[in-house]
Amino acid sequence: MTPILALFRRDLTLAFRVGGGPWLALAFFAGVILLVPLGLGAAPGQLAAVGPGLLWIAAVLAVLLSLDRLFQADYEDGSLEQLLLADAPLSLLVLAKCAAIWVTTGLPLAAASPFFAIQLQVDEEIIPVVALSLLIGTPALTLIGAVTAALTVSVRRGGLLLSLLALPLFVPVVIFGAGAGAAAASGLPYGGALMLLGGLSLFFLVIGPIAAAAALRLHLS
Amino acid sequence: MFASANPKRFLDLTAPYEPWLWGLASLLIAIGLWQALLVAPPDYQQGESVRIMFVHVPSAWMAMFVYAVIAGASLVSLVFRHPIADVAAKAAAPIGAVFTLVTLATGSLWGKPMWGTWWEWDARMTSVLVLFFLYLGYIALWQAIEEPTRAARAAAVLALVGAVNLPIIKFSVDWWRTLHQPASVFRMDGPTMHPAFLWPLAIMALGFMVLFTALLLLRMRTEVMERRLRAQRLAAAGD
Repeated sequence: MTPILALFRRDLTLAFRVGGGPWLALAFFAGVILLVPLGLGAAPGQLAAVGPGLLWIAAVLAVLLSLDRLFQADYEDGSLEQLLLADAPLSLLVLAKCAAIWVTTGLPLAAASPFFAIQLQVDEEIIPVVALSLLIGTPALTLIGAVTAALTVSVRRGGLLLSLLALPLFVPVVIFGAGAGAAAASGLPYGGALMLLGGLSLFFLVIGPIAAAAALRLHLS
Repeated sequence: MFASANPKRFLDLTAPYEPWLWGLASLLIAIGLWQALLVAPPDYQQGESVRIMFVHVPSAWMAMFVYAVIAGASLVSLVFRHPIADVAAKAAAPIGAVFTLVTLATGSLWGKPMWGTWWEWDARMTSVLVLFFLYLGYIALWQAIEEPTRAARAAAVLALVGAVNLPIIKFSVDWWRTLHQPASVFRMDGPTMHPAFLWPLAIMALGFMVLFTALLLLRMRTEVMERRLRAQRLAAAGD
């Protein structure tokens, strides 16, 4: 258990000391939200209708950008090879890294999303649903992204490729995530969407780290 | 040399059949097109536009079938380290991507006169578009990693993750469409298919399948030769 916790703490410390911690992701999120009314116009009711979906799209972009460095830095300085030698399964180490990056991206985004939802004039009753959907759904985004980040770790400038690989796999998460908010907005039951979203996160909690570990191994062999 | 022994045996085995496959594919598609474009009657609802279906539907079947071939080959490649399997997966991908693109393009051409729009965010169209992106990502990953065996294993992992996700994507897109009811009401299910349409469709589907096999073998041959060339160049550079 110790190597896994140690890695989690190391990645978290690194994120806070050199990566700006959660603030960088939040600032990016805020920047995207700022562009929305500028691009779509701020007519009454217009932003409220698309708000939950936009928050989800902004979250997807923030997660995508964070993934670029998930394994890349460790791959470049050789510490990824040390992880292979660690006394713990690689898939659990990958999970620790995913958890650390989620704590500095997905979690703060979900926590701050009510604030941005208010900015987008989303109905107050829907805001908790949107925040909850982000809280439940962003782990799935990070775990899917971990697989594609691991696949492209040795590719120089693999950021765009990573996004191309990850985006089609994000489709169900975005549909159920934004769908929960949309259902709540039109007065439909949204519990099903949230449960399916939770199911996706659990599903990728199982296959994500295993697939990512397999992908990392082939790059390190 | 050991590495190329197995692919070479495979190519020697398949080479005699290739001309026959090309001939059979041409024959089937020629008959199918003649039946579809000249013999089959216009549909009483869709008119002449129904003829697009004879290319559209077999392409859509092939788009899904080829992805299944890639996923199956990827599994064999990962489990047994079979060199032919990853050559097959790599060779199949662009063919599948083209079938998917043909499906989208013909669907769009059919949609304009029938639904009055080139593109509708219908559940099936959206799923096929996502499938197209899966193909693109798969091909791009092959291109991005230079070393063939490493690229093969990365692509195989991606293909399997994609295959596991495809049913989930399909389900989620269907769910999404029932949530957002489309404004225009259209029905894909017309009358059950008349034999006059069924035969040309079956012949076209068979023709597309044989065409895929012929293209696959051709591309596999090219790929094996490319790898041999690469190995020889590397060896020459090493001297």
